[in-house]
Formats: sequence, C-alpha cells, structure tokens
Amino acid sequence: MSKLLEVSNLGKRFTIAGGLAGKARTVHAVDDVSFSIAAGETLGLVGESGCGKSTVGKMIVRLLEPSAGNILLDGIDISHLSHRRMRPLRRRVQMIFQDPNGSLDPRQRAQDIVAEPLLVSGMRGAARRRERVADLFEKVGLRPDQMRNVPSKFSGGQRQRLAIARALALNPALIIADEPVSALDVSIQAQVVNLMSDIQREFGLAYLFVAHDLGIVQHISDRVAVMYLGRIVEIGDTARVYQQPSHPYTRTLMDAVPKPDPSRRHRRLKVPRGEVPSPLDPPSGCAFHPRCPAATDICRRERPLLRRVASGAETACHHAD
Amino acid sequence: MHEVTPARPARRRRGVNVFLWLGVSLLAVFALLALFGEVVAPHDPNAQDLFAMLEPPSAAHLLGTDNVGRDILSRIIVGTRYTLSIALASVLFAGIGGVALGAIAGYFGGVTDRVVTGIIDLLLTVPNIVLAIAIASVAGSSATGLTIAITASFIPPLARLVRGRVIELAQEDFVAASITVGMSHTRILLRHILPNAATVIIIELSLNAGQAVLIGSALGFLGLGVQPPAPEWGTMLGASREYLTMAPHLVIAPGIAISLLVLAFNAFGDGLRDVFDPGSSS
Repeated sequence: MSKLLEVSNLGKRFTIAGGLAGKARTVHAVDDVSFSIAAGETLGLVGESGCGKSTVGKMIVRLLEPSAGNILLDGIDISHLSHRRMRPLRRRVQMIFQDPNGSLDPRQRAQDIVAEPLLVSGMRGAARRRERVADLFEKVGLRPDQMRNVPSKFSGGQRQRLAIARALALNPALIIADEPVSALDVSIQAQVVNLMSDIQREFGLAYLFVAHDLGIVQHISDRVAVMYLGRIVEIGDTARVYQQPSHPYTRTLMDAVPKPDPSRRHRRLKVPRGEVPSPLDPPSGCAFHPRCPAATDICRRERPLLRRVASGAETACHHAD
Repeated sequence: MHEVTPARPARRRRGVNVFLWLGVSLLAVFALLALFGEVVAPHDPNAQDLFAMLEPPSAAHLLGTDNVGRDILSRIIVGTRYTLSIALASVLFAGIGGVALGAIAGYFGGVTDRVVTGIIDLLLTVPNIVLAIAIASVAGSSATGLTIAITASFIPPLARLVRGRVIELAQEDFVAASITVGMSHTRILLRHILPNAATVIIIELSLNAGQAVLIGSALGFLGLGVQPPAPEWGTMLGASREYLTMAPHLVIAPGIAISLLVLAFNAFGDGLRDVFDPGSSS
C-alpha cells in the first residue's frame, strides 16, 4: 500500500552569519528525519521547543526549503518543486497554524478568509462559494451570522475554528497542525481537539499533529514520533510509546506528564538533567548522552540509529532492548 | 530615552480629533479655491494697474498690490491651483513609484532587494531639496518639471518605508497561510500585504504633501519652478523679495498661504495617524 506522505532523510540546515570576524555557522535544525503517514492516520510529533518539530511541518507544506532528503506526497516528490509547480498540489495538504491571531488576515472578513482557498483554486460562481463557506462554518461550529465579522470579533477558540475551516476548504487529505491548541485557553483546547477528531472521522483526514502537550498528543494520535535536537529518537504506536517508552528521553518526557495517581505523589520525578544543548554545537554520538542516566562510552562515540525494540516501537538508543 | 507613557489620553481617541478636522477643513477650503479660483477672486490675477503699484492692503485690494499693480489676494487665490496640484500630483506619482519599488524589494528580497536598496540608500544621502533642485534644473522650469523633481525626491524614503513594512508583514502567518492555500505571490502582495501596509503609506503620503508644498515653493523662489507671471506662491515670493523693505506685504501674504497649506497637510497626516495608529508617538 502506498503511503499518503513519505518523508525520508529530511534535513534542514540554517546558516547563521558570524559577526565581524566570526565565521558563518550551521545549525542542523532537522537532521535525517524519516516517517510516513497513511491516509486517515494521525502522527503526533512531540518534543521540547526548538527540537525542530515545527520545521518538519513547514517543510512538508513547503514554507521552508528542505536542505536534504525527500518528501513524497501521493508518491510525487515535492521536496524541490517551484512555487508555481507546487500550487496545484497544495490542495492535498493544508496547514493549521499555532496562533490564529497571526494566521488570519486582520482586515479580511471571516467569509472571505474561508472562501479564499476556493477562489484561488478556481472555484467559479460566488453563490457556490458562499454555499460552501456556509457549509464549512457549520462543520466547525461557527454561526452563520458571524460570517461578515473580522477576526478580531471572534474569541481565540473561534478564530482557530475559522483557521480549521479554511484548511478544510480544499478537501485536503492531510493537515499539518502546528501546535494548533497551544495558543488557546486550556478550557478551549479540548473543544478544538475534539472538533479536529470529529472532522477527521467525517472526512478521513490524516494529521501530522505537532505539539508539546503530551496529553493532547496521546488523545488524538495513532502513532507518535518523539524528536530531540532535530532527530527522531523514538517512533511507534501511541499506546506502546506511552506505556513502554524505550528511549531514556521518552521515559523522562512521559514521567513529566501529570497523572492522577496518589501513589506517585511523593516519588521524585525523573526530569532530564541539565539544559537542552545548543543545536549550534550538538554533542557527539547520541545527542542525549550528556543528560542521559544510562549513558556509556559508546553513546559518546557513536550516533545510534533507529531500530525496532521489544515494545514494537523504533528507538534510537544503544541501550534500549 | 523614551518615557514609558501610559495609554494616550482618552480625550484624543474617543473625542473629536482636532488635528484631523483642522486639516480636513483647511484642505477643503484650499481645494475649493483651487477649483473655482477665478470665480472667487475679486480681480483678474494678471491685470496690471500701473497707477496702483505696491499699495498696502486697502478696501479695494484686501492684501494690497504688487510691483506692477496686480491684486495680491486674487493672485494667491488663483495660485492655489498650482501649488495644490503640484503637491497632489507628486504625492500620487511618488506613492505609485515608492510603493511598487518598496513592495517588490521587500517581498521578493534577494538580488532585486539589494539593487533597489542600494540605489535608495545612495539617493537618501542627498537631502531631498538638493535632489529636487538637481532634477528641476534638468527637467526644466515648469509645473511638470517641478512635479517630476518633487516626485523623484519622495520615492526613495517612501520605498524604504514600504519595504520595511512589507518585510515585517511577509513574516506573518497569514502570508504563510496564503502560500499554503496556493495563492500566487502577486495576489498575496496585492490582497494581503499592501492592504495591511496601507495606513502607514497613507499617513506618510499626507505628510509628504506638506513637504511637497514647501519644496515646490522653494524651487519657485529660486526660479526653478513655475515661471512668472504665473501666480505660483513660491515664484511670487521670489519676485517680491526686492521690495521687502518697501512693501513687506508682498512677501508676507504668499508666505502665510504656504504656511497654512503646509499646516493643513501636516495636521491631516497627524490626525490620520492618531486615528489609525493610536499607539505611536512622534
């Protein structure tokens, strides 16, 4: 079976200009990332801020140019298509941004925001577009009488619903959701996540759900990929990764998730030691070794590759079994 | 250092915007004079009366007469058309040129940006009155030459302003969102970026209009503008400077006219800024 999206050995390097005398340096924001997403599936992508998870999402919708690797969408290599050649393929993959305050043009009315993809894709007839917009408004739970309002008249949650409606307008097969709820009030987050689940069921959508909130990712994802310093350190079915994390980094992450379990109250949490190293100067070998309780010599020398472990997930750790 | 100012006094934001209304009403008066100057003027602006030269203000000639006995009030009224049309035309053309250059350089970046910014920076090192004098001396002494000169001197700073705003807006997620729905760059610029940059551009242009009046009059004064006997205010100033000690009203009247028009444009620009951009202080 061919996958909807196949990403292989994807990399993104940013060059940082040096000062007057300094030389330019390179940051590997994303390095050798591979995964695939099947139709209708949700892959959660988690990791700390700055680990490169948003960069992966932006490369897939070609807002950023990949420096290495390939992106296959429906089997077509889109990794280096020009802006013009990419345009007809864009209807298959849409994006929801983190902050709806920034992703909606403040001067546009809600109905025009949602109609814009239709207009751009060449849907003729104002009446047909209006009908489709009304339909999308209903799907995301916005009232028809709000259609003429500008974004500032909406609440945060409603704005994100508007952004979801825009992403749905072209009937995409895949939506890249870049931290779609982290800018929202906690009380609203669940509503928006549930809306996304409902829509997924109705349209058979696939999601790449980028987030740092492990609880939300667990709720919505079929599979999870954990990133650390630009690389995937563990990837597998959500239940396996959450219940039997095999990478030490995943274990510390999972440990940080609050659980309603009184017996845990007095246990000390295994929080990773120290700070995330600078991606400008990543550690040798396994990037996690300076913070890892199980690190040995080999971890400092050799970079571990992803391999299948007992839990059924794939892990990049020399010591996992 | 900047003081941390609390929110602007509510009076300004909620109440009547004094600057805006002052600007609008003065400009309305000038616009009417420009349109119907000949009808309103008490005398023919070019009719000489050699028996009434350099007369001080009187009932017959409210602002007196000049060195060949022309009614100064009438000349100022009819002259409004020159000054106002030169200012508006140069602001319009500078607006088109500056916005196009700035938007293209800011949005597309790369080599285009470096070339455009290089030229802009080069031109910005020359004070715009000097630039205008240089261009006026090449373009010829006429209303057209004056307009070209003023336009050219406004384009570099405006292009720079627009470029900065466009670069800022191009970072916004709504631009990224437009790319992901498959919109072309031209459409993104026209539909999303420029409308969001419009207030900055409009405010700048209305302030430029005041500047245009000043530069136009200065060039007229220097003899590089509209040529006599046309009653352009700067030209009138230049022609009457020899009579300054004998008949100061020759200089005072066009001087006040120029100041009022500049004041009108500046008040209008400041008023607009208060309306659109209440947070900024200048």
